[in-house]
This record gives sequence, C-alpha cells and structure tokens, in this order.
Amino acid sequence: MISIRNVTKSFGRVQAIRDVSLEIAPGEFFSLLGASGSGKTTLLRMLAGFESVTSGSIVIDGQQMEDVPPHHRPINMVFQNYAIFPHLNVHDNIAYGLRRFGLSKARQHAMVGEMLDLIALPGYGDRRANQLSGGQMQRVALARALILKPKVLLLDEPLGALDKQLREQMQLELRQLQQRLGITFVLVTHDQEEALTLSDRVAVMSTGEVVQVDTPSGLYDRPLNRTIASFIGNMNFFEATVHRNGVQEAQARGLGRVPLDGHPGGRPHGSAVLLAIRPEKMSLHPASPSPSGRGVSGVVTAQQYLGGRQMLHVTVTGRDAPVAVAVQDTSEETAAAFRPGQPVWLSWKRDAILVLDAE
Amino acid sequence: MAETYHRPNRPLTVYAVAFTLFLYIPILLIPLFSFNSGLYPHFPLEGFTFNWYAELWGRRPVFDALKNSLQVGVVVALVSTVIAVPAAKAISRYRLPGKGPITGFMMLPLVVPGLVFGVALLVVISRLGIQLSLFTVGVGHVIISLPFAISILLPRFEGFNRSLEEASADLGENAWWTFWRVTFPAILPGVIASLLLTFTVSFDEFIMAFFLSGTDPTLPMYIWTQLRFPQNFPSLLALSSLILVLSFALVFLSLWLSRIGQVAPTTLGAR
Repeated sequence: MISIRNVTKSFGRVQAIRDVSLEIAPGEFFSLLGASGSGKTTLLRMLAGFESVTSGSIVIDGQQMEDVPPHHRPINMVFQNYAIFPHLNVHDNIAYGLRRFGLSKARQHAMVGEMLDLIALPGYGDRRANQLSGGQMQRVALARALILKPKVLLLDEPLGALDKQLREQMQLELRQLQQRLGITFVLVTHDQEEALTLSDRVAVMSTGEVVQVDTPSGLYDRPLNRTIASFIGNMNFFEATVHRNGVQEAQARGLGRVPLDGHPGGRPHGSAVLLAIRPEKMSLHPASPSPSGRGVSGVVTAQQYLGGRQMLHVTVTGRDAPVAVAVQDTSEETAAAFRPGQPVWLSWKRDAILVLDAE
Repeated sequence: MAETYHRPNRPLTVYAVAFTLFLYIPILLIPLFSFNSGLYPHFPLEGFTFNWYAELWGRRPVFDALKNSLQVGVVVALVSTVIAVPAAKAISRYRLPGKGPITGFMMLPLVVPGLVFGVALLVVISRLGIQLSLFTVGVGHVIISLPFAISILLPRFEGFNRSLEEASADLGENAWWTFWRVTFPAILPGVIASLLLTFTVSFDEFIMAFFLSGTDPTLPMYIWTQLRFPQNFPSLLALSSLILVLSFALVFLSLWLSRIGQVAPTTLGAR
C-alpha cells in the first residue's frame, strides 16, 4: 500500500531522515515509534505531502507521490492537536471534505450521521467545536478524515493530549475501528506501550533512521539493541566478551561461559557484546539442575509477589545488580523455597540468550 | 502581591488625566464652540445654538464633498485591505529572504512626512500625464493606509494555527478554497477592523488630498477652502465636530474588532 524507498530529507544541512525504506501492507496498523527528533513526524508529514522528499521516492497505492499535492493524495490525517475548525460546528467539521463531491445536503447529512454513530457521538452535530472535550475532538478529527474513505489514515500522536485512562480507552477503540474498516493506519507515537499494543508492525526510529521493523512480539523477543529491549517488560543485561577457540562463546560477567553457536553474525575474538535474557526465560532451582551444569548459583535477595507470578531477585557473583527471574508458580511451597537468603541455581535454555552490540 | 498592584497610584492617575487633557482639550474645544451662538470662537461663550448645524444642512457643496470623501474612503478601504491581506500572510507565514527590511519598508509610509509623499506622487502623476482627480487622491490614500491595514491584519495571521490550513489541504481542498473556508473566517474580524481603520484614515486625510485632488474636493479639502470666509467658520466647526465623532466611533469599533474573537480561534487550535 505504501512503499517508502531510500527516502532522505534534509533541512539545510541537517538530515532529518536518512535513507529510510519501508513497506506497509494494505490494512496494516503500522507505527513509527521514536523520541522527539527521531524523524517520525517528518516522515509522516512527507506521506501526507506537507514536506517534500529530498531524495528517494514514496509510492502510495501504486502511484508515485513526488508531484502530488496534499489535497490530491488518497490519504487523510488526524493532527496532533486535532486541528478542529473552530468556526464550524461538529457536523460541518465532519462534512468539510465532502464539498468537492457535490453531494446533496441530505446525502451529506446522512453520511455525517453515520460517522457520528461510528465515533459514538450521535446527536453531537450541532455542538460548537469549543464545547468539545479533548477525547471528543479526537473522535471528530477521526470522523472528519474517515468520511472521505481514505486508503491510508495517518495519525500524528493522536492520543498524546489525553489523560491516561481516556488514552487507554481510545487505544482500544482505535484498534477496533481499524480492524472493522480495514484501512491502513500509520501512527506516529513516542509511547512504546501505545505502539506495541496497537500495531501489527512497528518501525523504531532514531536520529532519522529506522533501527528495527518488526511485530510487537518480534520486538519483544528479538530486540536489536538495548533501548528496544527495554521498551516493555524487564530484561537482564550482561556485559560479555567474545571468545573464539573452535566454538564461539562469550565470557559474561555473572553468567560465566555462554556458548554462542546458533546465534547469527560472527563476531571477532575479544569483542565486547551484551547478552540479554528475559526474566521469564530463566528458571530457578533449589539445587543444581543439570549434570552438564549450564547454570549459575546465586542467592535470593528479594521476592516480589505480582499476583499471577512472582519476581525473584538473585545475586550472582561477578555482577553488581541482582538478576530478575520471573516464576509463574506462586504457591506457598515455591514461595517458601525461594525466601531471601536461600541459595539457588539459575538456568536457561540456550535460545533464550540474545546477543546485542555493546554500547 | 496582587493587592499591591491594584492599590490606586495617585501620582500616576494625575499624570494620566493631565496627559489625556493635553491631548484632547484642543480637540474638545471644537464641538464646544460649534454650539456657541457667537461668530468667533472665544470665551466667554455667548449662547447655545444648533444654528450652525442647521446651516450646514442647507449647504450643497458640503454634501458634494461628503459624497466625494465617502467614495474615496470606501474604495481606499477595500483596495488597501485587499492588498494588505496577502502581504500580511506572506510576512507571517513564509520564510522570506530579507523579511525584516521588507516589513520595514511596508511600514515606512507611517513616518515619511505626508508633504514629501504628496510632492513625490504629484511629480510622478504629472509625469505620467494623469489628470488630478479623486482617483489620484485615492492612490495617495491607499499608500498611506497600507501600513495601518497590515499592522491590524498581521497579529491575526500570527495568532492563527497553521495546522488548520494543513487540515483543510489534507481533507482535499486546494489553496483557494482553503483560504475562503478556513483562513478568511479566522481573520474576518481583522479584515473588518482594517476596512474601518483605512476608511477613517482616508476620510480624515488632508495633505495627500491637497496635492492630488482635482476639481472635486474631499471633505477636509472643502474645510480648507472655506477657512478664509469668517462667516462660515462656525459651521465648519460643526462639520469638524461631526467628522470627529464619526472617526472616533470607527476607530474604536476597529480596535475593538481587532481584539475580539482573536483569543478564541488561537486557544482552540492550541488545545
């Protein structure tokens, strides 16, 4: 649906976007995630046509977009501050884009009515823009864009101005709406949780480049760097050095020798890496788990009860911070076995270890 | 803290009153003497009369001059406002090279002596072989009205949320329709304020009219030509009083319009 090919954008000597290529499929909910200054908004504005492309090309629905002005693109946008027209009421705001089609008043009215039902604001047509709450303005901005049946809907931090509770509710509504309508959504956000809960795929951006594109679970299971690994959930990081003597392994502070066979990307002997492992990918044993001895001993220093699971903090030699281990079993026997001060053994499956670049 | 600032400040009040008196006493003498039954404007006042106003009513040339002034004023207001809207938009929106100097030059007619402008225009117009008429007066008035129009319109554009125009483009409207459906409603109070103010500037203007008018006098020109007849003086005072009242009303209305409503669209857009 959208094809971004080697796109670069310069403002004077500053490169806001550097050689970005992305493919967004029809009906996909795609997010651009990044901090401010990462170029995500610039990229979105280039899709809408408000910024020109310095080099590279953007193709939407099979059509080159270079010379297409914003008002001719098959795209609509929900602006960050909604940009509701203050001099028009809700009905006229939603009907704004219909003028060109020369529809009868009755037909327009019916279409606006459908939209008001869609955004769950029936009967709000006569309200003035300044009588709306933030959440209502957000819905009107959505309806105003969706009434034109765009192929792609762009959303620029649409939930940023809402309080937390309303934001979570709107997230759910947005996702349901997108699935019902089957329109391609491209969302810009700095909120990792928002991106991961809403999207089919997420492009993580930093300093004008796309760092990683993956599904939310892909980002969780196979993060490419420490920042992405820290987006959601907990992650244990271990500084390590690569050893190559026949087999590739890493000497990690706190984990000892860890074999790295099966991990892609050979690294030179002596290079520094970061090993990462999720708390729930580790197991805890009262005694040494396996004769082969892939495990390390430690001492429980803290125990956190989290309802459906418990989080144990285990101090191991060679590492200052304790290692977090999630245990699904919250029975009292298990809890008793892992009281603070208890010696324990940590083990993990070989493929649970992620090898990241050291920073 | 707030109380300190709200406490009346005696010296400052006295100063403000003195300042206002200094500005307006000479002007207020005009309506005062226009109701005086004596022929000469001096104290003591002789008696109260509406005679001078009545006399004005019967004088045909006054109405001709008024008609001329209204004609010029309306056209000048329309032309200078229509020119000023894109100018103000350009100044506030685009990253123009040399924006500072350009804005400065646009504002220059405010401080260039009218005499200089009048002579310069007279030279140009006679070179071009154009007959002096109400049209040439209008040209002069447009030049001196433009800075007023721009300074009224500029804050309108600057307080206007740009993403509204982007939203309009995004919803499929081209620049023309975006202007009429979004930009114009937002700046409308400023446009009306500009029309009123530029009309007043033209209506009251004398120096340009002095140099550039042909056989048809504007109202200030008419007053000037009648000043040498002492018996007409009181009725000129009456006429001047009427012009004063009208001008004050228009300027106040214009200033009020340029402020009202300006808050609403800006804060809304920013929410």
